[in-house]
Amino acid sequence: MGSFLFGALINLNHPDHYFQWHFLGISAANAIVIVLMVATFVAALLLPFPGRRRRKENQ
Amino acid sequence: MSKKAFRPDVNAPEWKGGHSPYDIIKEGSIAIAVVLVLTLILSTVFGSPDDPAITIKSWSTAAPVDFATTALSELNGTSTTATYGAPYDNVPGATGQILGPLRIESWLGVHIPINTAKDFVIGPLKALPGQPALDTGLAAWANAPAATRTAWLASYTKASANMKFVDNQVVVNASNAGPVPLMITDLTQMARSGALDEALLTGDSFYTTNSTESLLFISDGGYLAQLAQNDHLTGSQWGMMNETGSWPGQAWLWLYTLLYQIPPYNNSASGDLEVLATMLVLTAGLTLMPFIPGLRSIPRKSKVYRIIWREHYQNQKKV
Amino acid sequence: MSTSEIDRQWTTRLRKRTFGKLPPEKMLPDTQPSYVSSWIYVFGVATISSIVVVIGTGCVLAIFGPQWWHTSPEGRFVNSLHLWSVEIFFFSMVIHLWGKYFMAAWRGGRALTWITGMVLFLCSIVTALTGYVSQSNFDSQWISTQAKDAINGSGGGAFFNLLNGGQMLMWHIVLMPLILVLLVGVHVVLVRIKGVVPPFEENAGADQ
Repeated sequence: MGSFLFGALINLNHPDHYFQWHFLGISAANAIVIVLMVATFVAALLLPFPGRRRRKENQ
Repeated sequence: MSKKAFRPDVNAPEWKGGHSPYDIIKEGSIAIAVVLVLTLILSTVFGSPDDPAITIKSWSTAAPVDFATTALSELNGTSTTATYGAPYDNVPGATGQILGPLRIESWLGVHIPINTAKDFVIGPLKALPGQPALDTGLAAWANAPAATRTAWLASYTKASANMKFVDNQVVVNASNAGPVPLMITDLTQMARSGALDEALLTGDSFYTTNSTESLLFISDGGYLAQLAQNDHLTGSQWGMMNETGSWPGQAWLWLYTLLYQIPPYNNSASGDLEVLATMLVLTAGLTLMPFIPGLRSIPRKSKVYRIIWREHYQNQKKV
Repeated sequence: MSTSEIDRQWTTRLRKRTFGKLPPEKMLPDTQPSYVSSWIYVFGVATISSIVVVIGTGCVLAIFGPQWWHTSPEGRFVNSLHLWSVEIFFFSMVIHLWGKYFMAAWRGGRALTWITGMVLFLCSIVTALTGYVSQSNFDSQWISTQAKDAINGSGGGAFFNLLNGGQMLMWHIVLMPLILVLLVGVHVVLVRIKGVVPPFEENAGADQ
């Protein structure tokens, strides 16, 4: 039961894909993390923050 | 008394506008819950890596020639550890990594004394009980003058280029090598039995958590590095950022790792220290950003803030 | 006891200084300036929340000892929680750094807040390094034998031995968490004392 409950659903225990361009190299996993970070930053800047009407009333 | 000029990148205007209700404790509680749920999901879906540690036993079993060659280099003082210098050994002419006039490593001297011949080869062999031939060989080694030992080692080292491992034996066609062939063969057997792992770990004490000697010995060989190469963990493979398997690693080390790929860092004997020094300077620059004119103006000039505070500026326009 | 004698006591002076700078309504405010109206502001609290989960999962790992997670599926799961909360921690902290940079959040006497934040970033990297070499697996062996050269080169290797598993584990679970929690405390208190940095004034003064 322990293995069923606590084992991973997706097996990452194999060599990753690597992107190489001249001396620049990055693993697929790290590339995904960095892309997600930039996307999250941009989303945080652009998405509207709740409570706009309340803030207007308190100007 | 003149009023100090307002510097928009240093000073902040006084906020005379309104305040809105903001539940900080609720925000913190929600944040913890969200992070916890996200962590649970990621852990359930992806798990975590755990490639088992290699031992001297597993190394010498999988790659006996690599082990025996490394053992020889420990005995003849040519291994990486034997020629490292501070903090492990006093090697004449070894300056350690240098940065201009700074030789901090060698100035601080030896703090973790290692004698590779004694600690990695002779000491462990002496601990083996009931080995009359080996005992005789070790006595011959101890009693031989330095020049004789050097000659034995030179003869064996030259022949070891054709080293083979046949029928559980290290086979090197060396003549006039004294007890060296026996010492290397017996150390290899000791390694393959697991006894060398124990000897290096518990040498002086029952309880120990210090794997320095074992790790230095293992890293002197090629086996550990080969496994790392297979896993894309070596320096030239951007390994500092990577994790074993396909898990994400340490993306925050991107700049540190990048420096190792470019000159002058990538072919310098003091590359590690040079990279560290560069990173310290850049980090100091970022830390002291509030005091650096020009750099501290980039946020205002880039105008990204207009997106962050767009609601505020829109309200101001209406007023 | 005279009033002036009480006023001179260390206790009295500390209390007045502390609550003078940070009265309860400033420590736990129930309002924020109206310009605090962007999702970018949540990444500071997200970073702190991640630390809470990292330390919590670390405590569970400590309950059963450093070898537990190698042999127990439950332990392996808790190790996964610890790893992924660390990933979320660095993820949040970097976005928080980007946001604070583009706000020039050091303005208005907030330089120390910025500096403590950067020091926290550095200390987090050291904490992560000591954690990676405390895994007691192949990854620890490789990372410690490689990173030791940089530490040795700077002279640190004379007393900070990456190959000493016991030393590294104690730095990771005792010393670095204490330093981090202390620094986070200072960082958050500074934010509470100074308040969240106001927006740039449009048509502000001369260039720097």
